[in-house]
Amino acid sequence: MKKTMIGNHAASWGAQLSRVQVIAAYPITPQTLIVEKLSEIVADGELDAKFIKVESEHSAMSACIGASATGARAYTATSAQGLALMHEMLHWAALARLPIVMTNVNRAMAPGWSIWADQNDSLSQRDTGMMHIFASSSQDILDSTIISYKVSEQVLLPTLISFDAFFLSHTMEVVDMPPITDVDKFLPPYNPEYKLDVNNPRSFGALTSEEHYYEFRYKMQNAMDDAVGLIKKEGREFEKLTGRYYDLVHSYKCEDADLIFVTSGTIAETTNVAVDELRKDGKKVGNLKIRVIRPYPKQDILKAVKNCSKIAVIDRNISCGYHGIFAQELKGALYNESDIPVWGYLAGIGGRDVKVDDIKEIADETFKSKKPVDMIMKGVKI
Amino acid sequence: MLIKFRTDKKGVKISGAKDMPPMPASLGLMNWNKTSSWRNLKPIIDYEKCIDCFICWKFCPEPAIKIVDERPVIDYDFCKGCMLCAEECPKDAIATEVEGK
Amino acid sequence: MKLTIPEREIMQPGHLACQGCGASMAMRYALKIFGRDSVLTIPACCWAVIDGPFPYTAVNVPLFHTAFETAAVMASGIKAGLDVQGEKSTNVIAWAGDGGTFDIGIQAISGAAERNDDITYIVYDNEAYMNTGIQRSSATPHGAWTTTTPIKHYKIGAKKNMVEIMSAHRIPYAATASVAYPEDLCKKLEKAKNIRGFKFIHILAPCPTGWKSDPKYTVKLAKLAVQTNIFPIYEIENGLKYTQNKKVKQRKPITEYFKYQGRFKHLKKEEVEFIQKSIDRENEILLKKF
Repeated sequence: MKKTMIGNHAASWGAQLSRVQVIAAYPITPQTLIVEKLSEIVADGELDAKFIKVESEHSAMSACIGASATGARAYTATSAQGLALMHEMLHWAALARLPIVMTNVNRAMAPGWSIWADQNDSLSQRDTGMMHIFASSSQDILDSTIISYKVSEQVLLPTLISFDAFFLSHTMEVVDMPPITDVDKFLPPYNPEYKLDVNNPRSFGALTSEEHYYEFRYKMQNAMDDAVGLIKKEGREFEKLTGRYYDLVHSYKCEDADLIFVTSGTIAETTNVAVDELRKDGKKVGNLKIRVIRPYPKQDILKAVKNCSKIAVIDRNISCGYHGIFAQELKGALYNESDIPVWGYLAGIGGRDVKVDDIKEIADETFKSKKPVDMIMKGVKI
Repeated sequence: MLIKFRTDKKGVKISGAKDMPPMPASLGLMNWNKTSSWRNLKPIIDYEKCIDCFICWKFCPEPAIKIVDERPVIDYDFCKGCMLCAEECPKDAIATEVEGK
Repeated sequence: MKLTIPEREIMQPGHLACQGCGASMAMRYALKIFGRDSVLTIPACCWAVIDGPFPYTAVNVPLFHTAFETAAVMASGIKAGLDVQGEKSTNVIAWAGDGGTFDIGIQAISGAAERNDDITYIVYDNEAYMNTGIQRSSATPHGAWTTTTPIKHYKIGAKKNMVEIMSAHRIPYAATASVAYPEDLCKKLEKAKNIRGFKFIHILAPCPTGWKSDPKYTVKLAKLAVQTNIFPIYEIENGLKYTQNKKVKQRKPITEYFKYQGRFKHLKKEEVEFIQKSIDRENEILLKKF
């Protein structure tokens, strides 16, 4: 069934279709519409779930952890400051190996107070051990939620689905909602082997000495490695139901491109349009959208860029003191594997709009440039 | 792969990741851990004086006082020697012995 | 054979509590009452260590270790998770120390209490951050030495009145209790077990290590705390109905309680008198509520 909806509501309906059993959330702009819609969905009986209206985001993630530890499917959503407040418990969810799926509407960190799109909030959670998806359309948000539960519950790692504030959270798009009967076939109920069970009384998370802690990290790393294949496998299963396939990276006209953009989030969609226009002008460009940053799709990236001569990464984030985070990660992936030079661009920080013309300008600049640059802060007013 | 939980009084053997659950979930009970070595003082019940009020049993923090044939019996495998039982005994029926003497 | 508390033992020996630990006594009583159909969640506190390291446990009921400030909401989440799976009878207990309750955890407790989530929150109060090495908390009484309130700069200010804060939420049940009176404590635990909604039980659990007292005096001290009125035991139903559980006819002087503890040794006569006056004043206020 096709419905017109904003990105935030796509997240709510994604949770509904996934039959989440416990929701715990706290309001924050621009995420609020997700939890408002979910409150309605639960109140209207369209989802049989407990909605715990907690007193903070830290508690939102904690309640999800508690619920998930009993074997219930749990969901939460937040933004920026809220995600930062959750930080401690994101580590907890990952190390406790609980397959919670959550949404984060990417919003710039304060101060100054900003509610606009910026990826620094979720990229600051990069090393928590959560899988991390950057969705770039409302359809992507809804589908990713469903697929993520399927993958998370097999590898026992939580998933963070992020998307840009307002550009996606508050804009209407047509979204195809798969029938719940189809989703049920795809996503069976969660039934973990290890859970809080009065008939099998285990403790979880006890004091762990250096004798064993390392091995738990080893297991987490293995789970992340397994997730790469599983995201693809479950993506194909989902495609059978809906005709839509989601991979860790999506390459657009990269095969014969001289210059490949590496992008994420809504900037990736804008870049696809720019690629078409640049191609009309005879410029051989392509766009590689990084959809999943953890697990990092190194092999997929290397394969997608292998024929190009230049790469331009566009980052809506900055690790101050170094540079754009996607650029750092990409260069790390290429090192020892390829000699393709990388230009790092910063754009869209704090919600500044990134237009097709901006991307065309980046293409021109990169084509002209002889020597790669770590970071070019596009459009910064000095 | 579910690793079974042990309730017997033996420690769990872990040689590496393969013997471990995905998360730090317990695999056995602490009762393999004999805490008798913590003890400096040893409580000894004088059953002649004991009136079976079970106050010692009631207050033991371990618990290391069992009820055997309706009488309190100290389990010296676990008694840490806090001497709370002797202090609270209304009949002074629990004597204190210094360990290793 | 006549026992005054249930015979069954769920908590196992071999745990890592210090000799004469009040907190381990409290857990033993709680599990006797709540039984096997219970799930515990424990934040950072002594009990995070007492239960034993991975791969072991001593409580012998499902236990989820959690972050310092989250015990109440973790219990809410566990309760919700069990509920949606139809396991509605399971008792969910948040078990925390005074630091995790009076200080860092108070926000989550207030949230769960306001929602009236069906959980039992139990604080075993040893009046300082004992697990990290005896640092002051807002449960540390006036005058006490701790490692962050050295004797030249001892704890100034009264202990936070947590049970009153909880009763202000008008929760169905709030109570104070003591490990010196297991029968009273067990009755309160039983009551909490049978009430739906948020229950709060505050147990004074002496700590020989942190109070600088002889392990054998744990019960004696817990009793003296009640007999001197420094820790009165009572219950509050729906935030309004106060019941005194241990009436103290002639209160003992606070020096009786202090003399068995190293943490009050430095106090001068006038300081002790000041403390005595505040205890008497607080008790007067409390007595009017019964």
